[in-house]
Amino acid sequence: MKHTLSVLVENKPGVLMRITSMFARRGYNIESLAVGPTERHDVSRITLRVDCETSPLEQIEKQMHKLVNVLRVSELVAGESIERELVLMKVAAPPSKRAELMALGEVFHARVVDLGPESIVFELTGAPEDVDSFEELVRPHGLQELVRTGRIGLGRAHKPNRNRPRQHVLA
Amino acid sequence: MRMNGAEAILRSLEAEGVDVAFGLPGGAILPLYDAFARGTTVRHVLARHEQGAGHMAQGYARASGRAGVAIATSGPGATNLVTPIADAWMDSTPLVCITGQVRSSLIGSDAFQECDITGITIPIVKHSWLVQDVEELPHVLKAAFHVARTGRCGPVLVDVPRDIQEAALDFSYPDEVSLPGWKPPRRGHERQIQAAAAAIAAAERPILYVGGGVLNAGATEELRTLAEAARLPVVTTLMAKGAFPETHELHAGWPGMHGPKWSNWALNKADLIVAVGARFDDRVTGKLAAFAPGARVVHLDVDAAEISKIRRADVPVVGPLKPVLAELGRLLRELEPAARTEPWLRQIAEWRDAFPLRYGRDGDLLKPQLVLETLQELTAARDDVVWTTGVGQHQMWAMQYLLCDRPRTFITSGGLGTMGYGVPAAIGAKAARPDATVVCVDGDGCFQMTQQELATAVLEDLPIVVVIVNNGYLGMVRQWQDMFFEERFSQIHLTHAVPDYAALARAYGAEGFTVESEDDLEGALSQAIACGRTAVVDARVDPREHCFPMIPAGAAALDLVEYEDDAEAVIA
Repeated sequence: MKHTLSVLVENKPGVLMRITSMFARRGYNIESLAVGPTERHDVSRITLRVDCETSPLEQIEKQMHKLVNVLRVSELVAGESIERELVLMKVAAPPSKRAELMALGEVFHARVVDLGPESIVFELTGAPEDVDSFEELVRPHGLQELVRTGRIGLGRAHKPNRNRPRQHVLA
Repeated sequence: MRMNGAEAILRSLEAEGVDVAFGLPGGAILPLYDAFARGTTVRHVLARHEQGAGHMAQGYARASGRAGVAIATSGPGATNLVTPIADAWMDSTPLVCITGQVRSSLIGSDAFQECDITGITIPIVKHSWLVQDVEELPHVLKAAFHVARTGRCGPVLVDVPRDIQEAALDFSYPDEVSLPGWKPPRRGHERQIQAAAAAIAAAERPILYVGGGVLNAGATEELRTLAEAARLPVVTTLMAKGAFPETHELHAGWPGMHGPKWSNWALNKADLIVAVGARFDDRVTGKLAAFAPGARVVHLDVDAAEISKIRRADVPVVGPLKPVLAELGRLLRELEPAARTEPWLRQIAEWRDAFPLRYGRDGDLLKPQLVLETLQELTAARDDVVWTTGVGQHQMWAMQYLLCDRPRTFITSGGLGTMGYGVPAAIGAKAARPDATVVCVDGDGCFQMTQQELATAVLEDLPIVVVIVNNGYLGMVRQWQDMFFEERFSQIHLTHAVPDYAALARAYGAEGFTVESEDDLEGALSQAIACGRTAVVDARVDPREHCFPMIPAGAAALDLVEYEDDAEAVIA
């Protein structure tokens, strides 16, 4: 089962290494990872996608909580959070195929950000599932290069209380 | 006050109440050593190897309950601290390591004696700092000591480039630390403690499974009050030896791979395990699926990540053990559950009588177990003995035969299993407890890994007694090759005679004794303990002796292998 964790950390050197080292050492696999600034200059947010069962997930969260630079760990639960991903993909596009590809892009609200004689570069921002779908549809046309940012996410505006650290002590 | 970074480090150590630091100087840490030369109240113990300094700081910490301080230079000095740091990480020993680093302008350039020690140690420290601004130094050291000692204890590392040590600052030591991400639990959850009390009161075969966390928490009195209030048997892990008086009627021995059969039975046949600052280590549980199959689990720990990490806890209580145990004891006195456990205590006593530790006394060779039994007899009436050990057969025999009634009197490398720990740890313990008689029970393999620290013991006037249970082999490896590799002995023979340990001791200015027969044993041990100087007793023992009982790796704890009777040779 896949889970998205949103981790607020102090913006200090080496923080990312401490977290990824903990994942590696304890044998947890990171599927995607995105790091960036937040509304506070001294705090960064790391969004991690991990594939594991519930019990190891609790262990991951607890181990992350023990890191001195980690301020908060929360799971982004589907339906109660918004997740987005940005993808750039270069697709083979001889003149005969261009129109078809561009029509496909329009359906997904993908933008054409570059166009060459034999290829086309799409940019798509959307829910990770939409990015997956677009990628699958484009792949048969000759997917030459692809880069995804890894997902980022926030708790939904109307359910702010869900974006809290999991309580480890059973009440 | 205006001073340089190096002086600020010493003023910070003084402010933390550090009385002893262990280390070895080198290029990148020269300014700090210059500050030592210019005066401080911190005593510096000069080790012969940074690994020795690290283990000394660990021994100091474990004997005193305070954080140990180890100092090394950059590069190889720092990497030589890696083993003690890993050891302190596994055994939750509060350790503050201060390393020199090459100048800030040279970092990343592969400079002489440069290495990324903060990077190397990330998986084995609670936290580490590479100091980049001299103004940060006092805050970093304050935070380092705070993190090492709060929550679950452990090692931290402060890496200080040489130019930072030389730079000037206006020193003032902060009163508070600013660590927004470090929030160890300050109290246990009241309802969880009540649930734990109810579970204990309702159990028919409860047992306290006590780990080293109780010693770190300074909660041994609360533990004893709880055990006596609810009449609970207590097994103590290797790390917890001494956390509960071992001559107490409620002490049920030591669980695990080389624990007595009756102790393992008590733990594995319980209907309620109350784990206290223990982590269900594989050396305790044996095959996990078969471990204590009928037991519910109450787990008390300051580290939430230990709850349900290995064995699912039915009643978790996260919090500092001292107040948690005190509250649990208070609740149980009110519930008055005591009489309920008497049949269970009688059952454990029957197992104890039925399954004593045994070994053969055949042949002319000195038996290693007899060395430990004799040490126990010679010291039983004393209250000033602190033991340290290396790792291997001798360590397990020490666990089995030495009885520790006081906390912080058995200092050993548990989780990491670091051979060579014993001698330097003993020196550190002696520095922490100058009044104590510190005895290191060592193996011949272990001794040779850190024996150079005899020079430290002699020259720093930190006398220790080292008893080498010398079987001439890497004995535990020999035992495994014998039992599990069809007696194909491979690269384990060290010989009894090279080096001549007594002569080596004398070369270091220590006393040396060689014991080859039972007749000489008691005399040599008595003399070594009484001489007041650093002494080495080379007890040459039967190399064929195995350490029993034993839970083979991967086997169920209840399927432990016992010493096999040899009718005329067994003593019960």
